[in-house]
Amino acid sequence: MHASLCDFLSDIVQNAIESGASLITVDMREDERSIACTVTDNGKGMSGEVQRKVTDPFYTDGIKHKGRTVGLGIPFLIQAVDAVDGDFTLKSQEGEGTTVAYRFPLQHIDCPPLGNVVSTLVSMLAFPGTYDMVVTRSLELPAGCDGYELERHVLIELLGDFALGGTLNMLRTYVQSQEAALDEIRNRRT
Amino acid sequence: MAKMTLEELRKLRDSKKSEIQKRDIAGKDTQIIIGMGTCGIAAGAKVVLDAFLQELDAHELEHVSVTQTGCMGLCYVEPTVEVLSPGMPPVIYGKVDAAVAKAIIEDHVMRGKMVSDHVFDRPSADIIKDGGK
Repeated sequence: MHASLCDFLSDIVQNAIESGASLITVDMREDERSIACTVTDNGKGMSGEVQRKVTDPFYTDGIKHKGRTVGLGIPFLIQAVDAVDGDFTLKSQEGEGTTVAYRFPLQHIDCPPLGNVVSTLVSMLAFPGTYDMVVTRSLELPAGCDGYELERHVLIELLGDFALGGTLNMLRTYVQSQEAALDEIRNRRT
Repeated sequence: MAKMTLEELRKLRDSKKSEIQKRDIAGKDTQIIIGMGTCGIAAGAKVVLDAFLQELDAHELEHVSVTQTGCMGLCYVEPTVEVLSPGMPPVIYGKVDAAVAKAIIEDHVMRGKMVSDHVFDRPSADIIKDGGK
């Protein structure tokens, strides 16, 4: 099972990348009550039958690993969301793409911790592939609100090859500075 | 801390570029591949990715390639990391954490010495052909 909310996001985004999508949008909205994530891709999508099957941990399409009989990403997420009375929806159209949306109530005692947003976003953006990704992140608290947007193609154009450690460290510095602005709001007393 | 703008990021890139040009390119052609499947993520692969980036930064190894892949078939020893380094055999390390990542950079990448306690180079039987026999 995943330890943090960010781990669930990594897993779902990786599904979107592996769906052959050319565009993936990731929306991550946080307020004092909940964190809601929506991952939309324009990849190969799933038939109604496959959509039902992917909620079963003992189902996988067998394409990535022949002989494997488990697919845990979505079942893990559903289990964690159910445990905290959150929400989960999966919408997909074969040949058009998939949207996975979920919400965790942050005040629930069993809600996993947020995790490391910076390393999650860096790893999502740097996963190999020619896809574009747009990440929208927002925080809305009584103490203030802020947010930022990351566009993969803009960052690659600016920094170059995301496979190099030096480039990834610059990306990390950039994402860190965006997230630090949200942390400042989080640390303000109201 | 003020948010960095894209223009500031561009300036950072330019300053890094000129620094790199002054140095010999250490670690060139070395590839670090981190298993980022569900099993890897659950076991802390992102902490490992972070640790590698920090170590590369600390040792100014800008040209080491760091990529991610899915499950490598060694779920029981996640997080797993494959290291391809010139003059060294390809190695898959298992049970990697931040301390092991530091050892991989300092010993394997920089000194050409394997981190023996963490070498797991056989994928699990359900992944490789004929169960690896």
